[in-house]
Amino acid sequence: MSTLLALTETASVVAASTDNPRADFRDTPLWLSAVKALLVFVYLLISTLLVIWFERRVIGRMQQRPGPNRNGPFGLLQTLADGMKSMLKEDVRPKAADAFVFTLAPLITATMCFVAFSIIPLAGDVWMFGHRTPFQLTDTPVAVLLVLAIAGVGIYGVVLAGWSSGSTYPLMGGLRSSAQMISYEIAMGLSLVAVFLYAGSMSTSQIVGAQRDLWFIIPAFFSFFVYVITMVGETNRLPFDLAEGEGELTGGFHTEYGSMRFAMFFLGEYINMFTVAALATTMFLGGWQAPPGIAAVNDGMFNEGWWGLLWFTVKLWMFMFVFVWLRGSLPRVRYDQFMRFGWKFLIPATLAWVVLVAVFRAGQNGWLGGGVDVAGRRFPVVSLFLVGAIAVLALVGGWLWDRRAEAKEAAAHPAVPDDVDPYAGGHPVPPLPGQRLREPSLTAPALPAGSDTKEATRG
Amino acid sequence: MTGGGEQVLFWVLGPLAVAGALGLVFAKKAVHAALGMALTMIILGVFYIAQDAEFLGVIQIFVYTGAVMMLFLFVIMLIGVDSSDSLVETLTGQRWVTALLCLGLGGILASAMGQVTWGEAVGLDAVNAETGNVSGVAQLIFGRYVWVFELTSALLITAALGAMVLAHRERLGKGPNQREWSRRRFREGENLAGLPAPGVYARHNAVDTPALLPDGTPSPLSLSRVLTAREQVLSPDVYLEAEAAIEREMTEESER
Repeated sequence: MSTLLALTETASVVAASTDNPRADFRDTPLWLSAVKALLVFVYLLISTLLVIWFERRVIGRMQQRPGPNRNGPFGLLQTLADGMKSMLKEDVRPKAADAFVFTLAPLITATMCFVAFSIIPLAGDVWMFGHRTPFQLTDTPVAVLLVLAIAGVGIYGVVLAGWSSGSTYPLMGGLRSSAQMISYEIAMGLSLVAVFLYAGSMSTSQIVGAQRDLWFIIPAFFSFFVYVITMVGETNRLPFDLAEGEGELTGGFHTEYGSMRFAMFFLGEYINMFTVAALATTMFLGGWQAPPGIAAVNDGMFNEGWWGLLWFTVKLWMFMFVFVWLRGSLPRVRYDQFMRFGWKFLIPATLAWVVLVAVFRAGQNGWLGGGVDVAGRRFPVVSLFLVGAIAVLALVGGWLWDRRAEAKEAAAHPAVPDDVDPYAGGHPVPPLPGQRLREPSLTAPALPAGSDTKEATRG
Repeated sequence: MTGGGEQVLFWVLGPLAVAGALGLVFAKKAVHAALGMALTMIILGVFYIAQDAEFLGVIQIFVYTGAVMMLFLFVIMLIGVDSSDSLVETLTGQRWVTALLCLGLGGILASAMGQVTWGEAVGLDAVNAETGNVSGVAQLIFGRYVWVFELTSALLITAALGAMVLAHRERLGKGPNQREWSRRRFREGENLAGLPAPGVYARHNAVDTPALLPDGTPSPLSLSRVLTAREQVLSPDVYLEAEAAIEREMTEESER
């Protein structure tokens, strides 16, 4: 008990310095916050207009067709035209629909998607109308949890849309999406825990600050891997778009929706993509900070001020390309396989990973015994021991797996002899490709007791 | 004491939270009730955040959105999409007992709360600035109250396991297969060839349209129970009229 108390005391000493946000909002009057909110809103809307065009053009290239190229230069205004069309279309509501919830659902989706972006740092401290202010709307000690909570509220749009449409396919789409959200949000939250452990904080500005020397994609590589999978699952994008699944559920939750209500779902989906990608950028790719080589140029001149917006946008669009790439190359996952993957692989594996990272961090803080000096740097004994144990386990596991694969291969393809006696079984058999014919034994074949099986394997 | 912004927030969101709570009690459709509950819980979370308890507020929203989502699933799965509540009372006189117990509980709560004396409100500013909100909560959970939390979690896990064990039902013997169903139908002498398939018309390939029996009457047996409960069943009249019109035309043609 006393050691436990001592442990919590040391924990408080270590954590106290990084708990609260690093971003300093003292020089930010209220009107400037409003201006920043407007900027973030416009940034997201323009990005959405662009990404829909981008997606259609890139997928077009992948499928060897041009994609939209008529409206505006390179077809850039196609999305605008589509938006206008959906605004002018007739608004249809099914007779069996629940009128209030049917309208509420797209509103939830289209508003909640914007909220989460308020804690994303788009750049470091910038000068804006004579004030020095961090280019993020706000930050709290629990900023990343806020994103997850908002995502949890946002999914209500999909579920309620499915329920309120009063028809079968949307209901199934809504149920699927709720199951998807519950199972993949756990894995997503767990994958982020490793980042919290490394950064010592859940505030986005602190997490970006903690990645000044090393982006978390390297120490928390497994978390990044899990996060990328779950972010595709959270945004209902291919190959995980089971809530829509036009092959099996026509349109899923939005089957009965049209005109502006449908456009709201569309907007929500794309802005959610930006939100999860922005979170991935912030958590794993150093946020607005310049890539390693450029960050060192001229004493970090590219690593501050408005330059951050450029690096942030570049990293964000890398994720957008991955989204499009996945959609262009992968077929939809079957629902039960998707669920099994989430519950039986992602969640347990991420749990084990979090425990591992926690032990490493505790070792680094010196709570689990001393360390040894290796090549001028001090490493905790526990970490070295764990790395050794995992390496040995991986080697043994790999060797066993390899042997089993070899055995399986050998069983599937029995060895074929170079030459064959065509009359060996008493019945003329043609040689396989590459086999030479042996001089036929014209005597009557001997028929031993197990001759049947031999004949079967002779080819 | 409280800032102007917080007062405005309270007087805007407070009535909404109360409306949500009342909606939970009085809404006719179970899903509307669940929505009211979600609204109240989210607004409570916002209140916590407004009082500087950021971790508590966000966790409140995070946990209760998931919990209400489960409630949705229960509503849809247990009551069904048609959500027609059964109004038959299984316990006689339970309303009176409930009312009595509610009054008693209200009395106890009122008398207990009447004796509370409020000290000077400390606020969370000092703790948030010094230790940090999350670390402060962590120190309480994993330091001072660690045994309480561990015991509570053990209790919850026991409850979850108990619910699973008690609710789990193993099938004794195997279910009837197609052959046995067929035998049973013949033994009972009803619907020997199975239930009629729903109406499939040349212009409307529909499961929501009842099949027509040889005498021209629609067969309700051919429809899915779910569609009937949701009142999504179409009447075959339209097709009958259309057919009659075509027949009439044909007879007119042949007479001409």
